[in-house]
Amino acid sequence: MRNIFNYVERSSPIHRLTGATKLICLLLWSFAAMTSYDTRLLAALTILSVPLFAVSRIRYSDVSFMLGFTLVFMVLNNVLVFAFAPQHGVSIYGTCHVLADLGGRWLITKEQLFYHFNLVLKYLSTIPIVLLFVCTTQPSEFAASLNRIGVKYTVAYSVALALRYIPDIQREYHEISQAQQARGIEMSKKQRLSKRLRSASAILIPLILSSMDRIEIISNAMELRGFGKHKKRSWYMARPFRAADFLSMAFCALLLAAALLLNYLNGGRFWNPFI
Amino acid sequence: MKKSPIVTVVAIGIGAALFFVLARFVAIPSPVPNTNISIQYGLLAFMAALFGPVAGLLIGLIGHALADFSFGWGIWWSWVIASAVFGGLMGIAARKLRLEEGEFSKKDLVGFLIAVVIAHAAAWFVIAPVLDIVIYAEPANKVFVQGLFAGVSNIVTSGIIGSLLCAAYAAAKPKKGSLKEEE
Repeated sequence: MRNIFNYVERSSPIHRLTGATKLICLLLWSFAAMTSYDTRLLAALTILSVPLFAVSRIRYSDVSFMLGFTLVFMVLNNVLVFAFAPQHGVSIYGTCHVLADLGGRWLITKEQLFYHFNLVLKYLSTIPIVLLFVCTTQPSEFAASLNRIGVKYTVAYSVALALRYIPDIQREYHEISQAQQARGIEMSKKQRLSKRLRSASAILIPLILSSMDRIEIISNAMELRGFGKHKKRSWYMARPFRAADFLSMAFCALLLAAALLLNYLNGGRFWNPFI
Repeated sequence: MKKSPIVTVVAIGIGAALFFVLARFVAIPSPVPNTNISIQYGLLAFMAALFGPVAGLLIGLIGHALADFSFGWGIWWSWVIASAVFGGLMGIAARKLRLEEGEFSKKDLVGFLIAVVIAHAAAWFVIAPVLDIVIYAEPANKVFVQGLFAGVSNIVTSGIIGSLLCAAYAAAKPKKGSLKEEE
């Protein structure tokens, strides 16, 4: 479990917040970063996440692996944006300051660079908070907190089941895959694409059929214990809110309010320094 | 067959776990460098056909969101929602199938494939790019080309894998009316 979602067990003020609080804060924070393209707000969010990391006592080595993935994704996305729309910044900001001409439509403009800067900031302002959430929230508490914020408990229970069975299914997939490989099934680059897909299903079919049995066993067990009889249920991992919980939720609500206010003041999602 | 709501809850949980495992750990290299074939949509199509639109929608939503979480780049909402839409549409379009009763004829196969094409087209040619523009303000031609690639490769893989899964599952079930009461 731990190696998948990277939950790091440590004692810190952020770990002590309830799962529901952290989930609400994550949602408010990411909506703030999502709705606004205001450079000042995005930069503030990015800088703000640095002390939060310090408080949570999460070390760089805990998250470096996940950061690597993200950086590749970010660079790739920026390259793609530039390749497809080198004039996107100009059309957003309405002015055109040319810095260099690479021939054809490949103009490098101040506006385009500024847009890319914003795009990068958008990643940098949301990724740390997601990492923080993943590292400080225990998966079972996450499922309980979904119910707390108003998700129907049957759906929250589905999430709990998914988290519970991911390691089992992963192990089973691995076993089936090795058994099939021992029988000569090949999924690497050496095979033709259609063959590869065929071999994938040679692993998938036993996996799915056994999962169907699993679904039957689990739902029978739950039915026998009277799951779904009442409108509410209690959660082992649920904890009551404390002062720190209310404070952090209020703070994140302010961030979202700031984002909406800036959108209103800027007359759009972008903050335009060129006019 | 009428399914009990508990079966749907469990199917969503296990389905999302399967979706997660396939998305996260199963990498089949594709001809385009640095991209992998996402076989999880074949699974999603099959699960949606078997357990209905609600299950399809939530498996797509939960499975994709969990996978995004574990990669650590935050949740890319536009694509998560597109996965959920695909699952939901697939469940609606394939509700006539009777896999539970061991039936998957040629006609059913054609219906299933048409459903896959329509649901993927709606999810990746429309929903994902439009949300990318609305949420992330990315350039239109880039997101539509991305959606086109994702959609076409998803149609191919889920068409092949989904129908293989349906056929295998139906074959493993006893046919309705295959047993007769003794006179």
